[in-house]
Amino acid sequence: MNTRVMNADEVNRAITRIAHEVLEKNKGAHDLVIVGIRTRGVFIADRLAAKIKEIEGEAIPVGIIDITLYRDDIKSSPSKHIVKKTEIPFSITDKKVILVDDVLYTGRSIRAAIDGLIDFGRPANIQLAVLIDRGHRELPIRADFVGKNIPTSHDESVKVMLKEEDGVDKVTVISDQ
Amino acid sequence: MINKLKSKDLLGTKDLSPEEILLILNTAESMKEISSRDIKKVPALRGKTIINLFYESSTRTRTSFEIAGKRLSADVVNISVSTSSVAKGETLRDTAKNLEAMNPDAVVIRHSSSGASEYIAKILRCPVINAGDGAHEHPTQALLDLFTIREKKKELKGLKVSIIGDIAHSRVARSNIYAMNKMGMDVTVSGPSTLIPVDIEKIGVKVVNDVVKAIEGADVIIMLRIQLERQEKGLFPSIREYSRLFGLNTEKLKNAKEDVIIMHPGPMNRGVEISADVADGQYSLILDQVTNGVAVRMAVLHLLTGGA
Repeated sequence: MNTRVMNADEVNRAITRIAHEVLEKNKGAHDLVIVGIRTRGVFIADRLAAKIKEIEGEAIPVGIIDITLYRDDIKSSPSKHIVKKTEIPFSITDKKVILVDDVLYTGRSIRAAIDGLIDFGRPANIQLAVLIDRGHRELPIRADFVGKNIPTSHDESVKVMLKEEDGVDKVTVISDQ
Repeated sequence: MINKLKSKDLLGTKDLSPEEILLILNTAESMKEISSRDIKKVPALRGKTIINLFYESSTRTRTSFEIAGKRLSADVVNISVSTSSVAKGETLRDTAKNLEAMNPDAVVIRHSSSGASEYIAKILRCPVINAGDGAHEHPTQALLDLFTIREKKKELKGLKVSIIGDIAHSRVARSNIYAMNKMGMDVTVSGPSTLIPVDIEKIGVKVVNDVVKAIEGADVIIMLRIQLERQEKGLFPSIREYSRLFGLNTEKLKNAKEDVIIMHPGPMNRGVEISADVADGQYSLILDQVTNGVAVRMAVLHLLTGGA
C-alpha cells in the first residue's frame, strides 16, 4: 500500500521553511556552504541554495558528495553502488557546512558523508538538513533541520521523488502489506 | 546500466563487453577527483590486501597499481622477482599457492609469458589483474588510453586511431585493438612489416605500411616503444633507419590533423620512435596517461574487490 505524505507544494514549503531556519540559526548566509548527498540530496541542496539567495540575496557555494567509497553497508547490499563523482570545488575549512539529504533513516549515510567531508578540510561545523526524518537511528546522529517527521516501521520504505530526477515532487510511504 | 564486472578477474580487454568498459571508464572518472584532494585517500578498500607480483621490471605500472591501492586504503605488498624465492627456482604455481595461503584480496601480476595471468587466475580464488603478460594483453593500459582519449575527445565512437611501431610484440597494441573495436573506433596499425603480424587484419584493424599515410587523418596516434633488442634479431636494420622511417617527429606530424592527440605507453626511447619535441609538444598526452592510469586502476581494483 502506498500513502502519499507530501505533495509538490508541501515539499516546496518545507524547503522554504528550512531555508529560513538555516538563516535564522546561522544569523545570515555568511560563511555558509551547502553540500548535497547523491542522488536526491543534491537537488534539495540546489533548491535550498536558490531559496537562500532569494531571501538573502547571497549566492552560496553548493557541492556534491558521493558516499559510495565511504559506505559500511556495501557487503550486505545486493547490488553494488556505482561510484559517482564528488564535486566540492571550494574550501570547506572554517565554513559552516549544511549537509543535505532526502531521507534520514539509520544515520549510516550521514556518518559516511561526514567522514567524506572531513577529508576535504576542517569545517567550523556541520549541520544536517533532511527533507524527511523517518526514525530508526543506528548511530548517534540527529538532524538540525527537518522538512517533515514521518514515523515509520522497518517494513515500510519512504520514497522521495523530485522533479529533477523523477519528473514530479512527491513523498510516499510504501508498506509491504 | 550494469554495476559490476562479470568475471572475477581482469585478464584482457578481449573478454570485456562495451558496457563493462564504460563502467570502468565512468568509475575511473569519479576516482580521478580523489587524487586531486589534499587527503588523497578514501576508506573503500580498508582491510583488503593487494599483492603486486611482478616477474618483469616495471616502474610505471607497479607504482601506479601501488598508489591506486593505497588511495583506496588497501594494504599493498610488492613482490619483485629479483628479491623473491622465484630467484631460487620456485614455480609460478607454488608461488601462487603460497600467496593464496596468506589470503590476499587481489593479485596483480606481470609476467613475461603470455597466459601467465590466466594460469594464476585459475589457481587463485581471489581476483587476478593482468598487468601485462608477454605479448598477450595489458588491459589496464588500454583502458587508461581509452580514458585519456575520451577525456580529450568526449566521444570514442568513430575516432580513427593509428598504432605505430612494433605491433607483433606489443601487448599494449593487442589490448587497445580489442577494446577500441568494441567501442566503435577505427584502428590502423603501421610499422616495419617484419613487426606486423601476418593476418592481424583478422582481429579488426587496417594495415598501412607507410607511416605518413597512417598519420594522415588520424584522431589519435599511439607510438609504441621499439625494444632495442629486436634489432639484434634482425627485425630492422638499425635504430637510425627505424627512427627515420617510422619515428614520429615534427616533420611527419605536419601531415596530421590539427587536433590530433599523441600517446605513448612508456617507457619512451626519445629520439627513436618519438622525437623529444613531439613527446613534450602540445599534442602529447603522455603524462596525462600516467595520471589517468592511477584513476583507472583504482576503478578496476574497486570493481573487482570492493564489496564483493
